[in-house]
Amino acid sequence: MKKGWIKSMLQTAAGAALALTVMAAPSQKAQAQSLTLCWAAWDPANALVEMSKDFTAQSGIEMNFEFVPWPNYADRMLNELNSGGKLCDLLIGDSQWIGGSAENGHYVKLNSFFDKEGISMDDFLPATVYAYSTWPKGSPNYWALPAMGDANGWVYRKDWFSRPALRSEFKSKYGRDLEPPKTWTEMKDIAEFFQGRDIDGKRVYGAAIFTERGSEGITMGATGALYSWGFKYQNPNKPYDMEGFVNSPDAVAALEFYKELYKCCTPPGYTDSYMSEGLDAFKSGQVAMMMNWFAFFPGLHKDPVVGGDKIGFFVNPGQKVEASTLGGQGISVVSYSEKKDQALEYIKWFASPEVQKKWWSLGGYSCHKSVLLDPGFANTQPFAADFLKAMDGVQDFWQEPAYAELLLAMQKRVHDFVVADQGTAQEALDKLIEDWTETFEDEGKL
Amino acid sequence: MPRPSILQKIASSAAVATPAPVARQVRGLSDRAIAWLFVTPTILLLLAINIFPLIWTIQLSFTNYKANRAARGEKFIGLRNYERVLGDADIWITLQTTAHFLIWTMLLQVLLGFGLAWLLNKQFKGHSFWTTLILLPMMLSPAVVGNFWRFLYQPQIGLFNYIIAFFTGADPSSFEMLGDVNLAPWSIVIVDTWMWTPYIMLICLAGLRSIPDYIYEAAEVDRASKWRQFWSITIPMILPFLMLAVLFRAIENFKMFDLVVQLTNGGPGSVTELASINLKREAFEKWRTGYSSAFAIILFVTVFGVANIYVKALNAVKQR
Repeated sequence: MKKGWIKSMLQTAAGAALALTVMAAPSQKAQAQSLTLCWAAWDPANALVEMSKDFTAQSGIEMNFEFVPWPNYADRMLNELNSGGKLCDLLIGDSQWIGGSAENGHYVKLNSFFDKEGISMDDFLPATVYAYSTWPKGSPNYWALPAMGDANGWVYRKDWFSRPALRSEFKSKYGRDLEPPKTWTEMKDIAEFFQGRDIDGKRVYGAAIFTERGSEGITMGATGALYSWGFKYQNPNKPYDMEGFVNSPDAVAALEFYKELYKCCTPPGYTDSYMSEGLDAFKSGQVAMMMNWFAFFPGLHKDPVVGGDKIGFFVNPGQKVEASTLGGQGISVVSYSEKKDQALEYIKWFASPEVQKKWWSLGGYSCHKSVLLDPGFANTQPFAADFLKAMDGVQDFWQEPAYAELLLAMQKRVHDFVVADQGTAQEALDKLIEDWTETFEDEGKL
Repeated sequence: MPRPSILQKIASSAAVATPAPVARQVRGLSDRAIAWLFVTPTILLLLAINIFPLIWTIQLSFTNYKANRAARGEKFIGLRNYERVLGDADIWITLQTTAHFLIWTMLLQVLLGFGLAWLLNKQFKGHSFWTTLILLPMMLSPAVVGNFWRFLYQPQIGLFNYIIAFFTGADPSSFEMLGDVNLAPWSIVIVDTWMWTPYIMLICLAGLRSIPDYIYEAAEVDRASKWRQFWSITIPMILPFLMLAVLFRAIENFKMFDLVVQLTNGGPGSVTELASINLKREAFEKWRTGYSSAFAIILFVTVFGVANIYVKALNAVKQR
């Protein structure tokens, strides 16, 4: 009797195990047919989620997403790559990471895949290929597909700019119309004009600019001014020769100007602010102008409170040259992924002109020529023409493998001078050269 | 014959339940062997999570290793990292900032903590309620404290600015506690003091309550004034407690990271960049592993050395 009971128990257990195995089989298959894409948590990422449903429908591969807020994005993702993590099969990584990720073997080199699938880099805007895909810079070695074009631009309160009383007051004070500025000097005039003014019973301020200390904020903001004054990272004829370029008189003037703009015309307490703080200030009607990435402009344009006709956009003003700070990213296959073939399939799908058109229509910034060079492109969105203009003159930070060290040195020197009033612009840039020289010496490049 | 207690019953039944072979084996172990049996897991854990990383850090501090470029390998560079750390003007500024933070927080916390303990020791009506209320800040997470003080310090909507404005008549948005170079170092001192004064108070209160009443009664008989009683009885008897509290808090504040990162992230510029924040940036943002290892060892030796001297002083005070 006892033996019979044990036998029946064993039979039941075996049956249950078999049933569980059968039930688990489809879920294991689904798990094998899934990819994880890592990116920053921001508006374009939502557009990508929406668009990727088409890929799932077409390929049967489920898409999972890992989005990290911008202030922690670099830390989180670079830690993932450095530790050989398998979380991300696909990574939309910042342009500055490309050197380190290529040299350290984090990304899969895509040349043979592009050749096999007939994906040509000639189909993408040259500036984006150079910035988001190549390492060494400008060489035909591709580590990413240009995925999200971006540059630093400006948005302004068109409804305030068009008020007759304000326009007339501005004209009498500055001798020109209150229009989006063409130079940084004009912009500062406008910012000063609005600073501390009462509009609709509320105190408003001139401009929201980048001042963040921890990650990359103040560097991305200040370089917007530096590039417009003709800043160069190095001697074009002698790589890593920075003396007289990084600390040129124009560079000093640009940095001093950025500080003046910060001091005169930002909201109170604006000492550590980046994208989200700028958006908060602008959306709450605190500022007349805001520096931010083009990536946010579709969302702002749709904003029920400050969007639509209330706002306008303008490209980063020139001063001595027309130039903008590059944002944006390329999409790469992580070399530690166990699903590289499926990840490459996603890139193939993403590179097709139809998908690229949909990408732009949903709020992503395509880098594909079929989208950008379409004669009607400039009229598709109120900021489209400015985006094209910005991408024409973009400049990026160092993309060296040691970029993090170079970036944090600049964060410190610029923040020390602009926000903390430590030393002069000349001293800040001289010290920056010392920091960067030490880094390049460690790297064996000097 | 007395009835066996419940504990005796449990013990005897457990002894019976122990299988004879196991019981024989355990009986065969010496006291020393049993002691090692209990201590070994802890020692192994300590070696794995404390000693091994320490030795590895010392080894890395003599190399040019970068954790984000492991494939590049590492090269022995002797004392170069130590020379760089000690010759780096920014590191000395960071240490000065840490010293400023440490000295002022300790001073304020000792004065306020002792004062509060002195008041609460008076056993007035409702003193238990006030004790609980005062202890609340130290029960909060530093990340939470950092975040809500950041809102309190916000120049446009922050309560702190409005309170100051109420008493001074100044415009609330005319000053920035976290954004002003001169005020930011004090803003972190204020928050740390608010949060950790209760800790000092608690230890002082324990010290005050441990002083026997008969000592004061004897002093009263000898017609010692209150002031004399305070200096000759209270202070000497509470000093070991106070010194112990200062030791704990000073070590914690030397390593202070979370609260200040939430409040200022080391800014504006680098005026509130404490040693630990700088170390984290060097190690995990710039990835200068060798350099940051050398800096970490220097900090460790400093804290260890100072703490040892302090503990000797503490023992001397206790033996008086």
